[in-house]
Amino acid sequence: MARQIYEAIVDGILTGGVYALMAVGLTLIFGVLDIINIAQGVLVILGAYLSYELSVRAGIDLFVGLLITVPAMFIIGVVIHWAFLRRLRGRERTSMTLLVTYAVALIVEGILYKVWGPNYVQLKASYVNSSVHVFGFYLPYIYIYGFILAVALIVALYTLLYRTRFGRSVRATMQDETAARLVGIDVNRVAALTFGVGVAVTAVGGMVYGATSGGFNPNSGYDLISRLLAIIILGGLGSIGGALAASIFMLTLESLVDIWSPNWAIVVFYGALVVVLVIRPTGFFGRQAVRAQ
Amino acid sequence: MRPDLPLFSSNRFSRNALALGAAAALCAGVLAACSSGSSSTNNNSSSSGNTSNSGSGKPIVVGASLSLTGDFSADGQAFQRGYNLWASDVNKNGGLLGRKVEIKVLNDASSPTQVVTNYQTLFASDHVDLAFGPFSSLLTGPSSAVAARYGYAFVEGAGGAPAVFNTPSNQADHNVFDVSLPIKDEMVPFVNWIQSLPAGQRPKTAAYPMANDPFADPPVQEAQSMLQALGVKTVYSNIFPAEVTAYKAPADQVAAKAPQIVVLGSTDVPTVAAFMQAFEQQHYTPKLFIAAAGPDQGAAFTSAVGKGNAAGMMVPNGWYPGFANAQSQAMVNEYVAKYGGSPSDVNADVAEAYAVGQVMAQAVTATKGTDNSKIISYLHSGVTLSSVQGPVKFDSLGENHAAAAFTFQWQDGGKAFNQVLPTGDTGSKTIIATKPAWTS
Repeated sequence: MARQIYEAIVDGILTGGVYALMAVGLTLIFGVLDIINIAQGVLVILGAYLSYELSVRAGIDLFVGLLITVPAMFIIGVVIHWAFLRRLRGRERTSMTLLVTYAVALIVEGILYKVWGPNYVQLKASYVNSSVHVFGFYLPYIYIYGFILAVALIVALYTLLYRTRFGRSVRATMQDETAARLVGIDVNRVAALTFGVGVAVTAVGGMVYGATSGGFNPNSGYDLISRLLAIIILGGLGSIGGALAASIFMLTLESLVDIWSPNWAIVVFYGALVVVLVIRPTGFFGRQAVRAQ
Repeated sequence: MRPDLPLFSSNRFSRNALALGAAAALCAGVLAACSSGSSSTNNNSSSSGNTSNSGSGKPIVVGASLSLTGDFSADGQAFQRGYNLWASDVNKNGGLLGRKVEIKVLNDASSPTQVVTNYQTLFASDHVDLAFGPFSSLLTGPSSAVAARYGYAFVEGAGGAPAVFNTPSNQADHNVFDVSLPIKDEMVPFVNWIQSLPAGQRPKTAAYPMANDPFADPPVQEAQSMLQALGVKTVYSNIFPAEVTAYKAPADQVAAKAPQIVVLGSTDVPTVAAFMQAFEQQHYTPKLFIAAAGPDQGAAFTSAVGKGNAAGMMVPNGWYPGFANAQSQAMVNEYVAKYGGSPSDVNADVAEAYAVGQVMAQAVTATKGTDNSKIISYLHSGVTLSSVQGPVKFDSLGENHAAAAFTFQWQDGGKAFNQVLPTGDTGSKTIIATKPAWTS
């Protein structure tokens, strides 16, 4: 039993890294723009399909392909913001974004069905199904790489937000949009670029998801979005590090419960969200925790 | 103290937003758990739009709800091809009773609630002449009750779970007819083959991971009880949520137990592919690996898992592209001519859907009309009908007990999908008794 528990913990940590890759863009977009991007799951799948296309058609390695898919997804993100979100204003803006991004999800899903059809595909590479033997456990390379990528991505996003002029503009815009305008920040441009960055990082999550899941098709994003929303809420809406912490916490918990009952594991996943929010309404790294620093 | 993420200013952050997000997450979770297709697009009719009632010279409109999007979209779209192929063949030959056939399909997005709405629309609003079933037992159960209420014969090809036939509506109205093999017993040939092995060669341990689905569980549970009776020790038996996000953990647990047989209650390709991937990552290859569904999906399966890894994978079914049946061969050739690929790429769903049309056509011809009460009586009359899947004869609850149960296996490095059980049947190939190692 002890071995099963250790294995479940390792599983949870590694899988948590994969989920963090998918959730970090979602939390960034909410943190900056107050947009609950329901299309995030479908965009993850779009990222996976772009990696698939590069891998199958051009023989480009999945990780090398990110050099193309990340900028491509950035552009897609900027276009989505420009076309659907920039005009949303007023008190109902956040709730309106739920509807608008749901519409975006349906549009993207429809395009994916048209282009790639309903059959499931899987990303393949030599390291996708292989693993390394460490302390008696087989650790799949793709999960290890995914975890490293998650940490690297979070460091990169922190650097972007705290060590660049763009990051200062972003933070200024969030703290007080009116004041940011007064000091000459182009708030609309910052919003578009931030949405683009949030979608761009989804390309990384999509690639790793496409390689670790049993297969994906245009509909697969809907299984993801509920989990991703739960993760970013638990981590603290807008907290990039919180997304990683919450991913690891939720997936480890689920993995442990899975030993006894897989059906209860999913209940516990969402149950944990409710319990944590009752005890700590701002999540792990919510606003109050930041203020205490 | 510098401001850190989360990057909200107090006037931007609102409790309402948090509550909204939490509600969205929980609602999405509940919806995902309860209704895999809640994210559907609007209904789409794929017909040319003629929904007229039956009448001389007017087309016979057949209504069906299919999962063109959602979790079952791969199967749903294959089913649509099967229905369309059948209708095209019928129309090429002068139609049914001299009338053209039109298939009106509404998209249920794999949702058990949407499928009910769709059939209500087809029956109460569109007044279709005949009804074909949806894909999967999960959707056939609730929709058959609607068909019963409106007096329709509900001929279907992918609702073989016991739960479909045991509904109160079917017990009362006997309107469900499944042209395919009843799923509960579909793994019996596999178990019989294990039993036929000399005691010393029989596998000693088995695992039974099952997706939470009315289609996936009954055959696996039946196989488990039979194998246990043969002395095969169960080392793992659990039902897991039928969500792709939930497969890795149970797969890793099965790999840790290293059973000689894995009997997987799967619903589709991703379920099987996820288990195969996890097994390979854990350097575990079961001696025998049979899955309730997935390996029967032709190219959709091999393209997802790789041909090398497909080798040795088994699946029970009542039909395969090489089925020695003239109607089946004609359908396969026609499918390949229309959609491309090779015969082994033809999904079993296509044959199931095509057989639905064939059975309905024979009933319409025999009753000389589209009176559903007469069709129901005819199909319950004990008559044996023919289809691309072989003979069809319904019992009182609409199960086709004339269907033969086969077990198929991917062989020749994943290039050939062969019938291997029952041994000695025409066209049966020798089973690969030890699954080849993973090849990625």
